Amino acid sequence: MSARADNRAAAALRALGIAAWLTVLAQAAPASEIPLPERRSGYAFMRAETRAMQDDDSANPGMLWVLDGDRLWNAKAGAAARACADCHGDARMSMRGVAARYPAYDAARARPVNLQQRINLCRSEHQQAQPLASESRDLLALAAYVGRQSRGLPIAPEVDERAKPFLEAGRAAFQRRQGQLNLSCAQCHDDNWDRRLAGNAITQAHPNGYPIYRLEWQGLGSLQRRLRNCLVGTRTQAYDYGDAELVNLELFLMWRARGMILETPAVRP
Amino acid sequence: MSTARALINVPATARRGDIIDIKALISHEMETGFRRTQLGVPIPRDIITQFVCTYNGAEIFRAEFHPAIAANPFLAFSTIATESGTIAFHWTGDNGFSATESAAISVA
Repeated sequence: MSARADNRAAAALRALGIAAWLTVLAQAAPASEIPLPERRSGYAFMRAETRAMQDDDSANPGMLWVLDGDRLWNAKAGAAARACADCHGDARMSMRGVAARYPAYDAARARPVNLQQRINLCRSEHQQAQPLASESRDLLALAAYVGRQSRGLPIAPEVDERAKPFLEAGRAAFQRRQGQLNLSCAQCHDDNWDRRLAGNAITQAHPNGYPIYRLEWQGLGSLQRRLRNCLVGTRTQAYDYGDAELVNLELFLMWRARGMILETPAVRP
Repeated sequence: MSTARALINVPATARRGDIIDIKALISHEMETGFRRTQLGVPIPRDIITQFVCTYNGAEIFRAEFHPAIAANPFLAFSTIATESGTIAFHWTGDNGFSATESAAISVA
């Protein structure tokens, strides 16, 4: 057989393999949530080299953003000429455990806001500064710096009666089949997390290290960036950054990972 | 002078003759020069091209970087602790990029 015919045969086999896999998914039993003791961080799926990169603060590139965030925390901004530190003081004390509680319900907006939105609300309300753009280096740096203060603490979202409808909306989004491939998040991340897709571990999708330094991105990125990646992967029209649907999903994912240890800034492949 | 962030790791103290590990991480996009924008315009190359580490002024490690090196390059290497002093790091690259860091080491 010629090399070209070989390639064609291989491609056909691959297509069959993917089709078979999708068929398995389509026939799989309805999504069942992962029992709490069986939850595993994305860290557990990584190779030793990637784990070593995350564990060593002088090798973890996410720490470069944390350093930037430290500078921004103390830099005066906006018409009020106030720094984060002018109100919140030493972040190592005041921000300890904060990232583990977000997204959190905001009474004024009558809906949950995530950490990046909270930082921008603080900027517009208290610093009278322009909000930072989604995924901008400065916003990620501040989020990484605040997140770093909760490293090693358990995720502890506060879901009260007011936040509950948003949590349920997030759960529904997680279990809803969508996109051209007609896949739900749960079909991969609840039902098939111990398998592989295109050679990569599927994982359980716990958001316990955001913002993450993703090797594929060659940079730091937020949970919403990751969610949008996944949506594109299932050929779904991705929601815009800051969209309520994404925040609801974030809230559900944090609740689903409650009690797991925060690793911010985590490294992921 | 650039505003690049660097993280270096050098043991603060060592015994004479010890092999010490040195790590250096720096923030840099490492734009390869091979990519194009959505409009087809080439994105010019912007990489770090050279890294030099000196120990009390004497060069102990040098590396040349090329477009295949990942963003935020990380280097780890070792040397022998000979005397107290300063270990200095210097990165240079395209568009006049230049960054310097240093760390003190005390050798007993």
